[in-house]
Amino acid sequence: MIQEFKKIWKQYAITMLWLLGLLWPLLGIHPDGTLSFKQTVNVWSYIFAGTFICFIFYIINKSGNFEFFTKPVVNTSQKLGDIVQAMPSWIWKSALLIGAIIYPILTGRYPTDVVINVLLYICLGLGLYVVVGLAGMLDLGHIAFYGVGAYTYAILNVQYGIGFWVCFPLAGLTACIAGCIVGYPTLRMRGDYLAIVTLGFGEIVRIILNNWMSLTNGPNGILGVKTIGILRPVMENGLTFEIFWVKKLEYFYYFALALAILTIIAVTRINFSRIGRALEAIREDETAAELMGVNTFYYKLLAYAMGAVFAGFAGALFAARMKFVSPESFTFLESVMVLSMVVLGGMSSIPGIILGVIALIVLPEVFRELESYRMLVFGLTMIIMMLFRPSGLIAAKRKKMMETKS
Amino acid sequence: MSAQPILELKNVHSGYGSIKALKDVSLKIYPGEVVAIIGANGAGKSTTLMTICGIVPLEKGDIFYNGASVKNIAPEKLPPLGLCQVPEGRRIFPRLTVEENLILGAFYRNDKPEIQRDIEHVYSLFPVLGERNRQKGGTLSGGEQQMLAIGRALMTKPKVLLLDEPSLGLAPIIIHQIFDIIADINRNQGTTILLVEQNANLALQAATRGYVLETGQITLEDKASSLLHNPEIRKAYLGE
Repeated sequence: MIQEFKKIWKQYAITMLWLLGLLWPLLGIHPDGTLSFKQTVNVWSYIFAGTFICFIFYIINKSGNFEFFTKPVVNTSQKLGDIVQAMPSWIWKSALLIGAIIYPILTGRYPTDVVINVLLYICLGLGLYVVVGLAGMLDLGHIAFYGVGAYTYAILNVQYGIGFWVCFPLAGLTACIAGCIVGYPTLRMRGDYLAIVTLGFGEIVRIILNNWMSLTNGPNGILGVKTIGILRPVMENGLTFEIFWVKKLEYFYYFALALAILTIIAVTRINFSRIGRALEAIREDETAAELMGVNTFYYKLLAYAMGAVFAGFAGALFAARMKFVSPESFTFLESVMVLSMVVLGGMSSIPGIILGVIALIVLPEVFRELESYRMLVFGLTMIIMMLFRPSGLIAAKRKKMMETKS
Repeated sequence: MSAQPILELKNVHSGYGSIKALKDVSLKIYPGEVVAIIGANGAGKSTTLMTICGIVPLEKGDIFYNGASVKNIAPEKLPPLGLCQVPEGRRIFPRLTVEENLILGAFYRNDKPEIQRDIEHVYSLFPVLGERNRQKGGTLSGGEQQMLAIGRALMTKPKVLLLDEPSLGLAPIIIHQIFDIIADINRNQGTTILLVEQNANLALQAATRGYVLETGQITLEDKASSLLHNPEIRKAYLGE
């Protein structure tokens, strides 16, 4: 135990002193120029007490004095894991699905609203997964396609009165075209250069939306976007149909759920297909992929366009839900949020990304009172994640491609 | 030896921007041959292979494969024609498994049972790959990675295999294993091999003919055995 302590106490002490040095300018220097120490020392001693307890536990654990307790826990969790693995996947899939379907009935308006947000971001995140996780192209302007989709529906609906179901595929199409327009000249670039170009593209789209007054109504945004309408059969005077506007959030939830499920299925299929394999080869080594007969330019463009289509669909749904779009929803920060979700969850695993989306949308809602510290905690979480789990919350498992007889 | 070369470079010039790496290179490779290109660092050996594959753009001259010009054919269209390269430094896909690496070699092919058979064939050539088929490529040793890179290229069913420095950074015993297998591929499958090597001794022993490349130009062309006994070559490349 003392050996363990000797190994680590220096690092711990230096970290605590460093933290003190960081805290003082934050808490001790006041806007009116006065300096104080009391509050800093107070906060610091709380943190110190908390971490010291963790520190002691860590040492006891390291020296093996907890084994009577940790061993059975690890064993049971492993067994549980085995049982889950042995269970056919349709059981937990259908359980999840049923859970998702009855969710809005069990909870209120606000939790449903949060989960609709989660579902839309799942579409965005999985779209970005195809670009970043599979093809390995860093895209910092993904939210632009979300914006293109949302504005396509908003403009077509408000100015031309076209309904949601016509606009929905059109939103995907315009996003796809936008993706091809950006992708065609830029995808010859690699790595950092591509990141800068996509970043620029994201800003260009936002600025166009902000300034093209006659089409987008500028920073005021477009008001009065109609929600989704469906034809409902009515049994008065025989069988007739009437338009039913999906105004209630609970009903809208199911549309978002359907889109998210479709996206998950589509991206899973891409992942395990020939296209997915080609994209992974491009991510690993572009020249080698080319030498093996992969048309790298075509597949990169395809990945970019597919990512854009999913974002465009999500954007149309977003416009239908908010009934209002403005350029403010499509800032660079949003792109970074989506990228963080993908990175946090595990760059190349679909369940990981879903978990990442949930973490980054739900947790800030749960900790609303601490709102002013949100970005601080956010940054801290990212640093800790990159240090301890660089492959994300759920790391990708290598999939079986073909059974080989050995 | 038939009269029609399977691969021919005619007065090829290429390079990287203002740096001219190849100046007027002409090569002829006949079906079934093992041809070695030897030369010092920076002589343009790898550039020659990259130019054949279209990764480094051709500036002047022409490249003929099976009698037809391939200078305007995109790099990814070459493996279906039977021209495949094992690039320098292996360049396998490190985060994909051994098996996925091999399947990617067969990317242009659609015949699943045939691909499966070819994978088995690669495993029989390199049994260590079969043992490690679920392991990620990046976790293999250097020699195993070289075997994987050759196996991956074999999956394209090449008629002409371009090998860039297969001995790079490997232990002598592994190098001999790999060269044995290269000779095997040439003998049993009739695959034509163009071999680029710094290790001139090794390359000339394996080859039937050799070219000597110096600062982007072919300075000598002869039978491998004569090159091996050429006093100038022995002095310049074999350290005598």
